[in-house]
Amino acid sequence: MSKVDIRNVSKRYGDVIALNDVSLSFGEREFFGLLGPSGSGKTTLLRSIAGFVEPTSGEILIEGGDISRIPTYKRDIGMVFQNYALFPHMTIFENVAFPLSVRGVKDAEIRSRVANILELVQLGAYGSRRPRELSGGQQQRIALARALVSRPRVLLLDEPLGALDKNLRQQMQIELRQIQREVGITTILVTHDQEEALTLSDRIAIFRKGEVVQTGRPDEIYERPQNAFAAEFFGATNFLEGHSAGNNGGLGSVRLDDGTLVLTSDVVPANGERVVTTVRPEKFRISAAKAALPEDGQPVNVLSGTVVRPVYIGASVTYHVTTGTSELTVFQQNREARLFETGDRVVLNWLPQHAVVLAG
Amino acid sequence: MKLKREWIGLGLTAPAYAWLCVTVILPLAMMLYFSFLSKMPMGNAEPAFSLRQYMAFFQKDFYRFLAWRSLMLGFHVTLFCVLIGYPAAFVLARLVKGRWREAILLLVVLPFWSNALIRIFAWTMVLRTDGIVDQMLHFILPGAPSIGILYSYPAIVIGLVHSFLPYMILTCYISLQAIDDTLVEAGQALGASNLTVFRRIILPLSLPGLFVGVVLIFVPVVGAFMEPRILGGRQSIMLGTVIEDQFTEVFNWPLGAALSFTLLAIVSLIFLAAYPLLKNRLKVS
Repeated sequence: MSKVDIRNVSKRYGDVIALNDVSLSFGEREFFGLLGPSGSGKTTLLRSIAGFVEPTSGEILIEGGDISRIPTYKRDIGMVFQNYALFPHMTIFENVAFPLSVRGVKDAEIRSRVANILELVQLGAYGSRRPRELSGGQQQRIALARALVSRPRVLLLDEPLGALDKNLRQQMQIELRQIQREVGITTILVTHDQEEALTLSDRIAIFRKGEVVQTGRPDEIYERPQNAFAAEFFGATNFLEGHSAGNNGGLGSVRLDDGTLVLTSDVVPANGERVVTTVRPEKFRISAAKAALPEDGQPVNVLSGTVVRPVYIGASVTYHVTTGTSELTVFQQNREARLFETGDRVVLNWLPQHAVVLAG
Repeated sequence: MKLKREWIGLGLTAPAYAWLCVTVILPLAMMLYFSFLSKMPMGNAEPAFSLRQYMAFFQKDFYRFLAWRSLMLGFHVTLFCVLIGYPAAFVLARLVKGRWREAILLLVVLPFWSNALIRIFAWTMVLRTDGIVDQMLHFILPGAPSIGILYSYPAIVIGLVHSFLPYMILTCYISLQAIDDTLVEAGQALGASNLTVFRRIILPLSLPGLFVGVVLIFVPVVGAFMEPRILGGRQSIMLGTVIEDQFTEVFNWPLGAALSFTLLAIVSLIFLAAYPLLKNRLKVS
């Protein structure tokens, strides 16, 4: 059963369309990431759920009930903002107690519930401090505790880790996920950080220009992007263009413009139609031109080229390889006996399931 | 090295201190000296040091009565400035957006640009019997009685509120517009109605501005003499006007100075008494 339903929601600001007929369902206890570049509509959707933005059309339901006409404060949500939005004139205790005291919870119960939630975020001893006396990571945890203490129906996170530095962010991602599982609350996260969305989310929706481009589990989104935007949004990727050469024995084949035949586990369109396939840089295996292929009977794609530029990163090496018609990016773990240099002839191999056919 | 930095600091602040010394501390010290003289040092008079002028305040009910009147005037004017100024600042800072905000803010400051005396005399035209207000009333209700309130206590309050309202609007505006919108959104998202958000977030965070406005208005209004004199008629007598008389009419500077410092002491005591109540409220990040 779904917890939050977005039904055909649109939002227009004059001529600008911030959300265009978006429909999504968020499941019970699900951690759902809304991912996209800035201005793609993900934040508008989150703010619509919170009630700060009134959709031009469509319905938003929480537990089956339409909340479009209900003011924010009655929606029973918890929210964490990018700048945490802790109340500077209140102590940490007063901040966390705020959602309970405005709901008229009795003092004794407030004290025990605040103490419990502060323990959960491991800041039990900080109740009497002021927000500005805490570090960014601590403030973030207090903001999370404050959003959870009233046991809301949905937790909304608006770029909650955006203000933290990289190490702390990774640590907070783990903690956030752990706390979310422990509490078991439906959570909707807005982020423009692909890695954050992949790490935290059960499912992800990719936004572009007010529309949902693709929805799915992190691995589905990463491994089987449905279009060029979804593919490119997760960092570097390679595009191989050609014409369909039909489906045969569970494998589709694509005739690249230079004549090479590429196999894919996806179904390709009818013979002769234009097809674009994409391959993630780490899916290639790069080897010296002369090296024999370790065949185990499995069909594998072969493409030969020349190293244009090796980029040494440390743990890995990025090669830019030209095949004559296109330039490809290849990641290789830094564990081979020798690294390739500019001008080296190389052979690229990859499996058919790693060649993904994109929708027109 | 540390010593050198201290000298640089002293050197940079010295002009400001010198300026303060010449414009504030010296004249005040002169007045303090005068307040302890037995009489005006003029002609053959040989003034001695005495507490006579200060004693006058405690010996004569008249002065205490006037001090009470002046404090009440300060209270009433400040109260109306809060009641009108805070909501105006709130609307301006939180509800009005864009260019309108600057335009309205300019209109708020505009009275500052006209001469205070002209402002007050303008009020006499408005408030007097058969004045503008009266004429408008009779235009709408021909049979209505006259409502000229010139030369009355309300006229003084109206004139002073008009003069000092911009202070309240500006100080409240500054602290209200500095409140981060996401704090308001956070309050709403966490279950607080608009009224609760105002009471528990916006009002406490804007208190410093409100308090500065109160001080900026209350202190000068308690010593005001021009508005009471021109708009007050028989109600015009306040401690401020009496002090002015000592300097301009009676020529008893020592008494005038002593009454001034007594008033200063009373006002200081009031704020000192209020400080413990405000201390925690004003402590904002």
